[in-house]
Amino acid sequence: MNVAAALPAPLGLLAELTHRCPLGCPYCSNPLALDSRSDELDAASWARVFREAASLGVLQVHLSGGEPAARRDLKDIVAAARDAGLYSNLITSGVGLTPQALNGLADAGLDHVQISIQDSEQSSADNIAGYKGAFARKNALAAEVVKLGLPLTVNVVVHRANIGRVEAMVDMALALGAGRVEIAHVQYYGWALKNRAALMPTREQVEQAVGQVEALRTRHHGRIVIDAVVPDYYARFPKPCVGGWGRRSLNVTPAGKVLPCHAAEVIPGLEFWNVRQHSLNEIWRSSPAFMAFRGTDWMQEPCKSCAMKEKDFGGCRCQAFLIAGDARAADPVCHLSPHHALVAELAAVREDVPYDYRHS
Amino acid sequence: MQTGTITPSARPRLPRGVRLVHNEAQGGWILLAPERVFKADAIAHEILKRCTGEASVDQIVDELAKAFAGAPRERIHEDVVKLIGGLADKKLLELS
Repeated sequence: MNVAAALPAPLGLLAELTHRCPLGCPYCSNPLALDSRSDELDAASWARVFREAASLGVLQVHLSGGEPAARRDLKDIVAAARDAGLYSNLITSGVGLTPQALNGLADAGLDHVQISIQDSEQSSADNIAGYKGAFARKNALAAEVVKLGLPLTVNVVVHRANIGRVEAMVDMALALGAGRVEIAHVQYYGWALKNRAALMPTREQVEQAVGQVEALRTRHHGRIVIDAVVPDYYARFPKPCVGGWGRRSLNVTPAGKVLPCHAAEVIPGLEFWNVRQHSLNEIWRSSPAFMAFRGTDWMQEPCKSCAMKEKDFGGCRCQAFLIAGDARAADPVCHLSPHHALVAELAAVREDVPYDYRHS
Repeated sequence: MQTGTITPSARPRLPRGVRLVHNEAQGGWILLAPERVFKADAIAHEILKRCTGEASVDQIVDELAKAFAGAPRERIHEDVVKLIGGLADKKLLELS
């Protein structure tokens, strides 16, 4: 079998339409150096990227950011996703999107909306978002989504300040009319890494929260789908990050750079290609960054001879670089990594200091 | 819980935000849902394409029994109820 025939077809495209955002969440996964507005791809370029993505096999496009509603041409971009035959998912803070604009997006063919909620308590939620009034505006927009008959997912990012209210946050998602809720423990990249000591929960808190999610799944079975992103600093096995490098998804930055995952730019020496110079097909097939960790040939021990290597793909390359200092090493979250003890040491650093809010 | 409570007169349909599509690159029929993708095998596709909100569970079973003569109706009923119940639990089907 030749390499081209063995190349997997990606399922999802994360389209970061802009890095602009009215909120300042301290766990933002955007990079510390944000793309500026003047560098953003225009709607026609996004339309071309969507067509190329569909021909590669991509089924779903996640319109994200920053806050995608900061783009005046968001409706054109949604329409382009529909024209390309993609399932479109709007990932929004809920701030800056008017009911009229939302209605326009629904008319343009938007399939689904995900709204992030910072907490079930208003003052804490606004404090985490770094934006007074955010909680009320998110609630109002969620109601509009449900009123329009669009399916709604509520996304909750969990960390030390809100981990005791997982149950209340799921109840809130139910009350808002969401069909799905994501309980996403903070993953430490970008701004979240910068704020790690202020965000990190204790092991006991994490274990309790994981148990609560299990109980809530049983209690709300058939009423709401509860998906959880596990907190990996307390895990013994690594996550199969992005379903395997260059295997299932692509991420396009506001300026058009194509990354295997949203954090990939932290790894030094990777060469990313841009949709302004290359087709998505070329980038997926042969850009150096996608080739770097695709498959298992790049692996070292203990991954190389591990029975799990086709299941977890050695975990996360960014985390291997950030913690073990080598992007080809096993993700140190894995108990087989020689650097595994470091993860526990880092998780033990917890300081009640003010957040370093994301800012552009 | 909805599993096991599927009545013969229930009319299943794909809710807004869930679409059944054919995709060559992904090798067949796919159920697209909010941030989730499910591959539909040949049997699932035969059932799902009849979930339009028009036909009842009983009618779907009848149609399949006619289309696949030889398969016992009991067995088809079992498959249909299992698939529909499982998908309804995941909010991928609505019953009216």
